[in-house]
Amino acid sequence: MKTLGYLIARNCKIFYKDKGLFFSSLIAPLILMFLFVAFLGNVYRDSLLSVLPEGTQLEKKLIEGFAGGWLMSSLLAVCSVTIAFTANLVMVQDKVTGRANDFAVSPVHQSLLALSYYLATAIVTLMICFAAVAVGFIYLAAVGWYLSAADVFLVLLDVVLLVLFGTAFSSLVCRFLKSQGAITAVEAIVSASYGFLCGAYMPIASLAKGLGDALTLLPGTYGTALLHEHFMGGAIEAIGAGGIPAEYLGEIRRGFDCTLSFFGNAVPEWVCYLVLALSVAVLAGIYVLICSLLGRKRKK
Amino acid sequence: MNIIEIEHLKKYYGEIKAVDDISFRVTEGEFFAFLGVNGAGKSTTISILCGKETRDAGSVSVGGLNVDTQLDAIKRRLGVVFQDSVLDSALSVRDNLRYRAALYGITGKAFAKRLDELTELFGLKELLRRPVGKLSGGQRRKADIARALLHEPDILVLDEPTTGLDPQTRKTTWDIIHSLRRNRNMTVFLTTHYMEEAADADNVVILDGGKILADATPLELKNRYAGDYITLYGADEEQVKLLALPYEQIAGAFRLGVKNTAEATELVVKFPQIFTDYEIVKGKMDDVFLAVTGKKGESV
Repeated sequence: MKTLGYLIARNCKIFYKDKGLFFSSLIAPLILMFLFVAFLGNVYRDSLLSVLPEGTQLEKKLIEGFAGGWLMSSLLAVCSVTIAFTANLVMVQDKVTGRANDFAVSPVHQSLLALSYYLATAIVTLMICFAAVAVGFIYLAAVGWYLSAADVFLVLLDVVLLVLFGTAFSSLVCRFLKSQGAITAVEAIVSASYGFLCGAYMPIASLAKGLGDALTLLPGTYGTALLHEHFMGGAIEAIGAGGIPAEYLGEIRRGFDCTLSFFGNAVPEWVCYLVLALSVAVLAGIYVLICSLLGRKRKK
Repeated sequence: MNIIEIEHLKKYYGEIKAVDDISFRVTEGEFFAFLGVNGAGKSTTISILCGKETRDAGSVSVGGLNVDTQLDAIKRRLGVVFQDSVLDSALSVRDNLRYRAALYGITGKAFAKRLDELTELFGLKELLRRPVGKLSGGQRRKADIARALLHEPDILVLDEPTTGLDPQTRKTTWDIIHSLRRNRNMTVFLTTHYMEEAADADNVVILDGGKILADATPLELKNRYAGDYITLYGADEEQVKLLALPYEQIAGAFRLGVKNTAEATELVVKFPQIFTDYEIVKGKMDDVFLAVTGKKGESV
């Protein structure tokens, strides 16, 4: 256990000592937040109003709180995976620079080494995502706060689960990368596509049925849905409290992926947690198993 | 007593026979040199010895331990210095040594004690706080060797430790290695393509194309494969021509090639009027290598 602790400390320290890597990871969510608010804010404000009965008047604060909740939940859903890819650069760099050879000639087991990369990546990603959560909460407090204490707790839980998922997914992919160029290319692809694939940039409900159903086969979408619900649930209830009929609220929940639909069936929240937790366990298990097997691939 | 025993070792990469049925032994406390051009199979053999690579056939044992079943124990007996530094350039020397020591379970007070010993041995006191990336080549090499010795191995494996280093750094590196041998009777397993570095070895194996071409002491190799040289001072060219030997003019002298020391002695006795000021030296390891491998004209 001590060795694991030292390895995790080493991996985290290398990440933080690489100022380019650390600051780019830290400002990525802020840039994304600015872009979301500046370019997509109106899209979601308009989308909300289009779902409501004609002539409905909502407080500006409520509209901003709703749209802000969508933007922050989307941002965190994307960052928890993309930042994990950046943080996993430490593992790839160890292979590129030959430092992995130093570990290979030591008696430390490959599975322990794999676990150290996994946990260090999760810690680094979690810290940056929590910083993004803090900024997001400040933004929502400024434009319209509708989160209960339970929502705040569940948002933090969602972020932890999504970070563990993103770390497991990125670790599995990065395990097979052997060059700086390869991880740069993978990062670019993930950054460009993951937001669409997890339902962060566009609600899955707004996509064509076949495509939407296909995306619900990806576990990341369940994490995004949880974040949407916990960031926007309070605002939706506040809309209901203003006299909007329940069927409209249900429509908002479906239309903005707070309630995910799996081939036409509404997915309960506990199922979303189960899918996410199982995905983390399976992906992390496969990752550690692969590292362990590759390490033991010796001629007897 | 043999500390390393390699029997009929084979490692093929498709059609390429990286190591092709080689056998040799290294005795305890010996300075063993493994010579060969790039691609001769030196590093592959080391990788198999350290458990980094699998093998296709043959057996490897270190200190009586089997590489298949007792690899972890073998790794604790080997300290490896790689051609390129494998320390983390962003971290301080102290942090690097701390994290690498943890790979061998050396932490806390045990690490502090070992760090003190190595700091004393290598004069690292001023360097401990400095990032490895800011060290000079010689300082970095010291840190690399200190890292390899953290767990007090019985065998120090040096994989082309001076390749690409400036002459001063090479000298520093060799001073450290010779001091370790003198003071600790450590077995040193060196791979190099600098032939003269092997001149002080107890035993030399020359490898080419994955096969062993020669296995003997440097003296035996020189006697077998390289002639002697006579440097003759104060003679004119007419006198040198009388000797009927191949010669070349060097600054203020002539250099003549003879088969061996006996032939040189015969000449001195036969032509005392010519040999008034002279020196006889053995051929160089470069000559041995060229004669053994037939690679005259190729870069080594």
